[in-house]
Amino acid sequence: MADSPKGKKPTLPPGMQPGKKPTLPPQPAGKRKPGSPPGVAAGTTRPVLPPDTGGDGASAHLTRKDFASDQDVRWCPGCGDYAILATVQRLLPELGVPRENIVFISGIGCSSRFPYYMETYGMHSIHGRAPAIATGLKASRPELDVWIITGDGDALSIGGNHLIHILRRNLNVQILLFNNQIYGLTKGQYSPTSEQGKITKSTPYGSIDYPFNPISLALGAHGTFVARTMDRDPKHMKEILRQAHDHPGTGFVEIYQNCNIFNDGAFFPFTEKDTKPERALFIEHNRPLTFANGTRGLRLDGWRLQVIDLQGGDWSIDDCLVYDETSRELSGLIGRMFWEPDLPQPFGVFYREERRTYEDLLHTQIEGLIEKRGRGDLDALLHQGDTWVIED
Amino acid sequence: MSLPTSQKPVQTIPEATILFAGDSGDGMQLTGSQFTLATALARNDLATLPDFPAEIRAPAGTTYGVSGFQLRFGSEHVRTPGDEVDLLVAMNPAALKVHLPRVRPEGAIIVNADAFTKRDLELAGYDHNPLENGSLASYRVFEVPLTTMTREALKDSGLNQKEIDRSKNMFALGLALWLYSRPMQPALDWIEQKFGKKPEIRDANIHLLKKGYHFGETTEDFVVRYEVRPARLQPGTYRAIRGAQALAFGLVAASQKSGLPIFYGSYPITPASDILHELSRLKTFGVMTFQAEDEIAAVGAALGASFGGALGVTATSGPGIALKGETLGLAVMTELPLVVINMQRGGPSTGLPTKTEQSDLLQALYGRNGEAPMPVIAASTPGDCFDAAFEACRIALTYMTPVILLADGYLGTGAEPWRIPRTADLPDIPVSFVTKPNHTANGTARFLPYVRDEQTLARPWARPGTPGLEHRLGGLEKQHETGNVSYDPANHEYMTRLRAEKVERVARDLPPTPLFGDPAGDLLVIGWGSTRGSIEAAVQRARERGLKVSSLHLRYLNPLPPDLPEIFARFDRLLVPEINNGQLVRVLRERYLLPFIPLNKIQGLPFRAAEIEQAILDLLA
Ligand code: SF4
Repeated sequence: MADSPKGKKPTLPPGMQPGKKPTLPPQPAGKRKPGSPPGVAAGTTRPVLPPDTGGDGASAHLTRKDFASDQDVRWCPGCGDYAILATVQRLLPELGVPRENIVFISGIGCSSRFPYYMETYGMHSIHGRAPAIATGLKASRPELDVWIITGDGDALSIGGNHLIHILRRNLNVQILLFNNQIYGLTKGQYSPTSEQGKITKSTPYGSIDYPFNPISLALGAHGTFVARTMDRDPKHMKEILRQAHDHPGTGFVEIYQNCNIFNDGAFFPFTEKDTKPERALFIEHNRPLTFANGTRGLRLDGWRLQVIDLQGGDWSIDDCLVYDETSRELSGLIGRMFWEPDLPQPFGVFYREERRTYEDLLHTQIEGLIEKRGRGDLDALLHQGDTWVIED
Repeated sequence: MSLPTSQKPVQTIPEATILFAGDSGDGMQLTGSQFTLATALARNDLATLPDFPAEIRAPAGTTYGVSGFQLRFGSEHVRTPGDEVDLLVAMNPAALKVHLPRVRPEGAIIVNADAFTKRDLELAGYDHNPLENGSLASYRVFEVPLTTMTREALKDSGLNQKEIDRSKNMFALGLALWLYSRPMQPALDWIEQKFGKKPEIRDANIHLLKKGYHFGETTEDFVVRYEVRPARLQPGTYRAIRGAQALAFGLVAASQKSGLPIFYGSYPITPASDILHELSRLKTFGVMTFQAEDEIAAVGAALGASFGGALGVTATSGPGIALKGETLGLAVMTELPLVVINMQRGGPSTGLPTKTEQSDLLQALYGRNGEAPMPVIAASTPGDCFDAAFEACRIALTYMTPVILLADGYLGTGAEPWRIPRTADLPDIPVSFVTKPNHTANGTARFLPYVRDEQTLARPWARPGTPGLEHRLGGLEKQHETGNVSYDPANHEYMTRLRAEKVERVARDLPPTPLFGDPAGDLLVIGWGSTRGSIEAAVQRARERGLKVSSLHLRYLNPLPPDLPEIFARFDRLLVPEINNGQLVRVLRERYLLPFIPLNKIQGLPFRAAEIEQAILDLLA
């Protein structure tokens, strides 16, 4: 600290020996300039848009690198989180959002380290609460592009309440739920998405908990965009994330993410070359539901789903169910295909609905009232009702 | 109908305490607040104490269901809602039973004589009718057949029996207004405003109000009526204000003076919900209110809004603070401004939700994991809630820190005349968002989010949306200046001390602590929060007896004002009254190593001035 300008260091209580001080970056030269005036003019309470960022066109030429922070990525080698980080960093430059308007908010867990690796605004908050913090941020600053990074424990266990409420309120944010069906950061306990019978450190005789299906949960909470993708299919993931981002409302994306340390291969049936065609079903709006390289399809037999063989001659593609992502009924039905031995696991956009966002309703209401009654006058407010004057 | 001018003699008295009590469905809160309004307009000083049951609809006629509204008014400074009641208006036997102990000997009791049937008496747990067995001999009891007269007066009103019976509080209000020579107009205006669209109900209420007033004049029971002359208050424009309202107004004032919009996250909880109700009406001030899914989301959203550059505020009561604790720690770590209001109530657990207590001080000071200091201040009267809210915002924004503001149910629902400040006189709260990098390393400009202001130790506030200042905050320990995650042992100690020192710096701009009474003497009474009125009333009386007593009321509980040791040294003894089992007294003992004497009441009720006065007399005897 020898290079610190004199008087810059805060006076600290005794006990801090100079020699023991942590290595700290050099102090900025000269006096710290006070910031410029607040972004909101005094006397007004209306949030203003951030400064115009288009001037130098800087944000137009961003690349993946521009979104990587200087922090070392600390996930275990081989962790599925790397693929998600890379995909997001590749996607962001294509979205055309000024970098300074992007905010990543996370909770706690392996996945929640994500914001540290992004050269954007971010907050690594507390366990389960990212949707709550993001709600306050997005509601008060609708122009920001807010991404929530969470995991199966973070979103579905400790933060379950916040997740369902942000979905029903429909804030225009993206929720990336990294589902690895395990607690990784706490070293391997079963999670609310772990399968029954799972042997983990906390369930040596097998888990007796019945798992959540995050897709059904999000649909049940009136999510307006509900999708699933996987870490091992970056192309699909990027496309789904793009759509989640473009959706004017809460874009909920469950991402199957391999935790190679505590739950290796949990999703391999759906993600690995040998089994993926047979076990994964990629759903698309207005397209018939087929899998196994088009050799099999899904049809409705009454209200039950039936796998049909498209090569045997009995059934053709015309018999397959054509997916409609705007249908609550269909999304419910397909969303509930969950680890069924006889049915493939669906990936893609399950449901999409346009519904006004919370922040839009909030500010429309405020602005409507201001338009009708005029901006609030504090003196008038304080004098509202009965007053009386005591003379000198 | 025109009112006869009074023929009865008028006796001028310096002050009076009256208590309206009845079943929770009898409209006693409304009766009390209308009487309060009339009294405020008669320019008396006043203080009120609403007291209602925790159950919304407790069984009718039982003592659990009794709702009361106490009001003291006078021509001198009124500091408390009164120790002893001069007039009790009891709408049923249960109300009489619950509140009789508060009535002074020779005090007056107006009862609804119709409500003393066998069944009503049984419900209230009376074996014998107290109106008949002589147990009320030391009081002046006026038996008024309120129900009968109400039914008679409204028999042609077109209202049904239930509606008619529900209106009898208007008769009682009219009678009370007559008895204390209060104006009827404010109540008439209120009825017009409230029931203007329902002419039958409006007319019935007006008719009854006037009937009650007229009854006082004509009945032979009342031989005198009273008058309380206007109080000599400081010149200015006044209004009656409740604490919850004053808190909301103070927040809005701070919003205007800082230029930041308020984002108020809250989950319904008694007695804090009133602030949410108030603020949710103030949307034209740009106030964003968010009724969250739970207490944790309420504070989380407020903190998220602060991260975005708004003035994040949340309010709750003790149980809610317990739930918010982890997020408060995050606010300490991220060093974002946040105002947290605790409307304290009786605890622990659900405790006494509608009763008052000061038992969350230690929770406010210490109730978080880790070393998580934050400034704590307290409001002392309903009107003072305005200044306290404004001050909490100032500290939060100046020092980039969460601040806890302690109020309580008594302050929140209590009302007093309030001299309306001129908003032009309120100080600005300067806020600067950073717009440029604050550091250069190897020729590259960077933003370091934990470089501090030399004076306040506040870190810079960079709003998302500002180009070039992208940074990450979080709950993991921060490296000094860079804000990067750091597990370095020495850094952790350094940062822990820095955060503590920053909160201590708040003491640098505190005003001198005001004393009530002389600057030196035999005894100093030290209080905080809503006990102010009782303490000062007690000290005043003791001083009138010639005792050398003063009092000091703490706005700032963390950090404590730097001038305290010097003040304490000027008094021989130090008494600390609190509505808890001794919390400030522990803090003071630990901090100043002086023999502070506790005085505690833990009944869910405020101190009576007489209780504190007695403690003073005992000490100085
Ligand atoms: S524990 Fe699992 S989820 Fe966590 S970083 Fe390692 S591999 Fe990834």
